[in-house]
Amino acid sequence: MTGATAAGGGGAEPAGGPTGEKDHGIHLLQQMLRIRRFEERCAELYSHSLIRGFLHLDIGEEACAVGVIDTLSPDDAVVATYREHGHALARGISMRAAMAELEGKVEGCSRGRGGSMHLFDAATRFYGGNAIVGGGLPIAVGLALADHLQGRRAVTACFFGDGAVAEGEFHESMNLAALWHLPVLFCCENNLYAMGTALDRSESETDLSLKAAGYRVPSWEVDGMDVLAVEDSARSAVETVRAGGGPHFLELRTYRFRAHSMYDPDRYRDKAEIEQWKQRDPIPLLTERLTATGVLAEGDLERIEGEVGAEVDDAVAFAEAGTYEATEDLERFVTSEPVRAGEGS
Amino acid sequence: MSKVTYREAMRQAIREALTRDDRAFLMGEDVGRYGGCYAVSLGLLEEFGPERIRDTPLSESAFVGAGIGAALGGMRPIVEIMTVNFSLLALDQIVNNAATLSYMSGGQFNVPLVIRMTTGAGRQLAAQHSHSLEGWYAHVPGLRALAPATLEDARGMLWPAIQDPDPVIIFEHGTLYNVEGELSDDAGPVDINTAAIRRPGDDVTIITYGGTLRTGLGAAEQLAGSGVSAEVIDLRCLRPLDTATIVSSVARTHRAVIVDEGWRTGSLSAEVSARIMEEVFYDLDAPVARVCSAEVPMPYAKHLEDAAIPQVADVLAAVQMLGG
Repeated sequence: MTGATAAGGGGAEPAGGPTGEKDHGIHLLQQMLRIRRFEERCAELYSHSLIRGFLHLDIGEEACAVGVIDTLSPDDAVVATYREHGHALARGISMRAAMAELEGKVEGCSRGRGGSMHLFDAATRFYGGNAIVGGGLPIAVGLALADHLQGRRAVTACFFGDGAVAEGEFHESMNLAALWHLPVLFCCENNLYAMGTALDRSESETDLSLKAAGYRVPSWEVDGMDVLAVEDSARSAVETVRAGGGPHFLELRTYRFRAHSMYDPDRYRDKAEIEQWKQRDPIPLLTERLTATGVLAEGDLERIEGEVGAEVDDAVAFAEAGTYEATEDLERFVTSEPVRAGEGS
Repeated sequence: MSKVTYREAMRQAIREALTRDDRAFLMGEDVGRYGGCYAVSLGLLEEFGPERIRDTPLSESAFVGAGIGAALGGMRPIVEIMTVNFSLLALDQIVNNAATLSYMSGGQFNVPLVIRMTTGAGRQLAAQHSHSLEGWYAHVPGLRALAPATLEDARGMLWPAIQDPDPVIIFEHGTLYNVEGELSDDAGPVDINTAAIRRPGDDVTIITYGGTLRTGLGAAEQLAGSGVSAEVIDLRCLRPLDTATIVSSVARTHRAVIVDEGWRTGSLSAEVSARIMEEVFYDLDAPVARVCSAEVPMPYAKHLEDAAIPQVADVLAAVQMLGG
């Protein structure tokens, strides 16, 4: 087992997923590398003013998105926050569509209307990209309610940060999901800071699993730097939720290596703390484990890096070759058009 | 024809929605076992069961947001909020999510959600249950805002609202629930795009909505006694506004009085007035007049509340000021 502990009635340790399989381990590594290299390129493009607005990078937190989303099925739904590039890529939004969105092009996954904080994709049931902290939780409850009312056995995975725990919508949503026994997997990516405010400076109770327990929601505290631990816990939780076990709560203990956004001078964190967390970088952590177990052979990492680098290059080229939506279309989609791709139409 | 109250007309509308569309359900505070704060949904729990008549905790933000999520997931939720004042607890969900998701997603998603709420003063409920904030919602692109002022509209606006692919907010004035009148037995869906001329006239246009329709009609009746022919418009749909009906009336009568229970500053009446200026300024014989609520938090004492909200006498005085 990989470091997950259950609290609040979560039951036994989660059953292992297919993490011993060679291809699967490499798949997880590749997914995390795709996010890492994508985000690094975003930072570069931002410094060249090709990406503007707020840009929140997922670097350091890749294991959370990859580990959870890998356990979902295509019929499941994902609700994420403004730090959602990793979740979008892990869910299957193409790097091209994501990068084009960041560059404000009509080929982007939100036609250039959303930008970094509002990636959407109906095909993969990816419901954003919500930039109001806590604002996605009620929507996740509603998506799960729709699944319940229509007899679908889908799970809605809802990502949010530790900052959201201070919002009333967190508490209202946890209560409502538990009261109505809805299939929501609440995934709290606890990176210890709500923008610049440390958890212990904003919460009287910093043990987040206790908050979940207060609503009778089974919770799991998970090492969010260990993708295998995340995946194991998520797989078990998703299975339970899908089987009718009601909402579950994963506290994914993670850390962002970069500042909150490109505007953030990062004055509020101790450099030593950052360095200490970088020792637990999820990518080397998995690389070393896969190497030690012989899953990753010599040359594999270089090959994967080559593939990922080529994909990022291709996405950037696609975005830069993209077009801007005609300003005549500025008012399109404020309200619906007759033919819709969304399932709510 | 049957004699029904506004409340019963609204209940018939909810019943029709749940009967005709399996995806429709009602949720909100005390809509089920209590029968609805204003008894609109009385009896529906027994008829449709707890899955479709869902009592919620006092969590406006969560249950309105859940309505948005359920709409995204293929349902047709009707969410009831007790009063427009309480809806402020859900303003984040309404403005930041319901109104934006279609646009932000480049048209991939839409939110076929209906939110019903009580609005307005006149019941001595003081400053946290009595305001008219319709104009705030009418400000927001992506929302449709409706104000049923008649039995026909109470009965007929919900079905087209539910079929609308985008979020619709229905404002029910609290003093209307007990209003009783004749309603055709085959009353059904009505148009939710246009304003209606409730009383034709030639000399002045009185523009009203929701709770102020009665005030406007009362004023028109008295004006008729003194030889002034007033036309009364019921806006019905506050967003998008039916500018054409407003300006074609004012172009004929050359005078306009807007009666709005909202506060004057930044109000819906200000928007209507601006549109009249923009489109038929040269047809006006007098400046546009407005009768709005006094700029105070709504007081409790009856005489103060009466003084704070538009009355027939205020409308008559405004018409008199227009001269002619």
